Amino acid sequence: MLDIKDLVVNYGAIQAIKGVSLSIHTGEIVTLIGANGAGKSTILQTISGLIRPVSGEITYLQHPLQRDAAPKIVRAGISQVPEGRHIFPGLSVQENLQMGAFIRKDRQNLAQSYAEVYQYFPVLKQRRYQDAATLSGGEQQMLAMGRALMSHPRLMLLDEPSMGLAPIFINEIFDIIRAINAAGTTVLLIEQNANKALAIADRGYVLAAGQIKLQGTGQELLDNQAVQQAYLGG
Amino acid sequence: MQTFGQQLINGLSLGSIYALLALGYTMVYGIIKLINFAHGDIYMLGAFWGYYVINGLHFNFILTLLSAMIFCAIIGVLIEYFAYRPLRNSPRITALITAIGVSFLLENGMTYLFSANARSFPQVLPTITYHVLGLRISNIQLIILGTACLLMILLELVIKQTKMGKAMRAVAVDPQAAQLVGINLNHTISFTFALGSAMAGAAGVLIGLYYNSIDPLMGMTPGIKAFVAAVIGGIGSVPGASLGGFLTGLLETGVQAIGLSAYKDAVVYFVLIVILLVLPAGIFGKKLKEKV
Ligand SMILES: Nc1ncnc2c1ncn2[C@@H]1O[C@H](COP(=O)(O)OP(=O)(O)OP(=O)(O)O)[C@@H](O)[C@H]1O
Ligand SMILES: [Mg+2]
Repeated sequence: MLDIKDLVVNYGAIQAIKGVSLSIHTGEIVTLIGANGAGKSTILQTISGLIRPVSGEITYLQHPLQRDAAPKIVRAGISQVPEGRHIFPGLSVQENLQMGAFIRKDRQNLAQSYAEVYQYFPVLKQRRYQDAATLSGGEQQMLAMGRALMSHPRLMLLDEPSMGLAPIFINEIFDIIRAINAAGTTVLLIEQNANKALAIADRGYVLAAGQIKLQGTGQELLDNQAVQQAYLGG
Repeated sequence: MQTFGQQLINGLSLGSIYALLALGYTMVYGIIKLINFAHGDIYMLGAFWGYYVINGLHFNFILTLLSAMIFCAIIGVLIEYFAYRPLRNSPRITALITAIGVSFLLENGMTYLFSANARSFPQVLPTITYHVLGLRISNIQLIILGTACLLMILLELVIKQTKMGKAMRAVAVDPQAAQLVGINLNHTISFTFALGSAMAGAAGVLIGLYYNSIDPLMGMTPGIKAFVAAVIGGIGSVPGASLGGFLTGLLETGVQAIGLSAYKDAVVYFVLIVILLVLPAGIFGKKLKEKV
C-alpha cells in the first residue's frame, strides 16, 4: 500500500532521515519504534506532506506522493494523528470532528462517521458540545484519533498515541487501534511503548539515528536480544 | 444628561465603524500573526469606490455597500497574494515592513491618481433628523449603527457556524494540525483577508456617510485607532475587536464633548496604554496557553 524508498530528509544542514526504506501492506499494523530523536515523527510528517524530502520516493497505491501537498494526501486516504494530539482548542469536540471530515464530499455519509467515532469513543459523544481544550489528556488523544477517522482514511498514521497516558487509557487506546485495523484501516503506529506496539503489530521496524536498524514480525522483534535491551527494558 | 445621551449615540455610531475596521486587523492577526498596516487604506479604497459608484453609476445605498465590500474583498485577497504570501516563511518583521510599504503604495498611488484634495461624499441617503427626548438623532447614525451591527452578527455567524469559519479558527490555533486534516492554508488565509477587507470596505462607505468627506490619506488615523481598538479588545479576538471599536468611539466622542477635542487622539492612546498595563493581552485576549 505504502512504499518508502531511500528517503532522505534534512532540517537545514542536519540530516534527520538518512535513507530509510519501508513498506506497509494493505490491512497490516506496522510499528516503527526508536529512541527519542531517531526520526520517527519526521518520517510521518514527510508522508503527510508537511516536510519535503531531499530525495527518495514515497509510493502510495502505485502513485508517487512525495511532491503532493498535505490536503491532497488526506484526500488520497492518509490521515495522521500527530504527536501531542494537536486538537483544536476553542472548537468544540464535535467541531474538531467536523474539521477531521474537512475533505469529505459525501455529506450523506457523515452522520455514519460520527456514529462510528462515538461508538469507539463514547466519552466524546458526552462531551461533544464542550470546548476541546477542556478535555483531559486521554480524552484529547481519543479526539485526535476520532478526528483522523472522520476523513475515512485507508491508512492511519499514529504518532505515539500512548504518550503521557495512564495505563488504563493506554490499554484502551491499543484495543481501539486494533479495532480500527480490524474494521479495514491499515495502520502505521509509532510508539515509545515498544512492548505493547510490537504485541499488536504484524511487522515492525526499528529506527535509530535516521536509519532502519532492524525489521521483522512483531514477535521476532519482541524476541530479539538487541531490541529487548534497547527498547524493552532488558 | 442630554449631552451624555447625545454623545453616547454619536460615540456608538462612530465606534461601530471602528469596530468594523478592527475586525479586519484582528482576524488577519489571528491567522497569520501579521499587523496589516494597509488595512486602513483598504477602508479608504472602499470609500472611494462608494464615491464613484454613487456619482457615476447612481447606485443606491445597499448596492454601494455590497459592491464596496466585494471590491475591497478582492483588493484584500490580491494584497495578501502578491505582498504577504511570498513572505509567509520569512521573519515576521519582513512582512510587517512590507505591510507598511503596501500602505504607502496605496496612499501615494491614490494621491497620484485622484489628487490629495478632499472630496465631498455624495449623499446617497437624504438626512432626516429625529428629535427624541431632546436628543438629535439622524437616520444616518441609525443606519451606520444598524448596518455595522448587522455585519458583525453576520461575520460572527460565518466564523462560528460555517465550515470555512471553523477552518479559519483551526488554522489560527494550529496551522500544522489544520493541514493534517486537509485544510488548505492558502485558501483559508485568502478567505480571511476577503472577510476582513469586506468589513473595511463597508466601514469606508459608512464613514463617507458620517463625515461627508473622503481623501487618499483618510485611512491613516482611523486605521491606527482601529488597530488600537483591536489591541484593547485582545488582538485575535473577534468579540474583543467589536468591543474595542465601540470603546474607542465612545472615548473619542466623550473627550470631545468635555471640550478636549485637541487631545482626543492622545486620550485614546493613553487609555490603550493603561489597559495594556492592567490587561497585557487585552480585554478578551487569551493567556497564551500552549498545551503540548
Ligand atoms: N523542526 C526541526 N528543526 C530542526 N531539527 C529538527 C526539527 N524537528 C526535528 N528535528 C531533529 O530531527 C531529529 C528527528 O526528530 P523527530 O522528531 O523525527 O524524532 P522522533 O523519533 O519523533 O523523536 P521523539 O520520540 O522524541 O518524538 C531530531 O534530532 C530532532 O532534533
Ligand atoms: Mg516524535
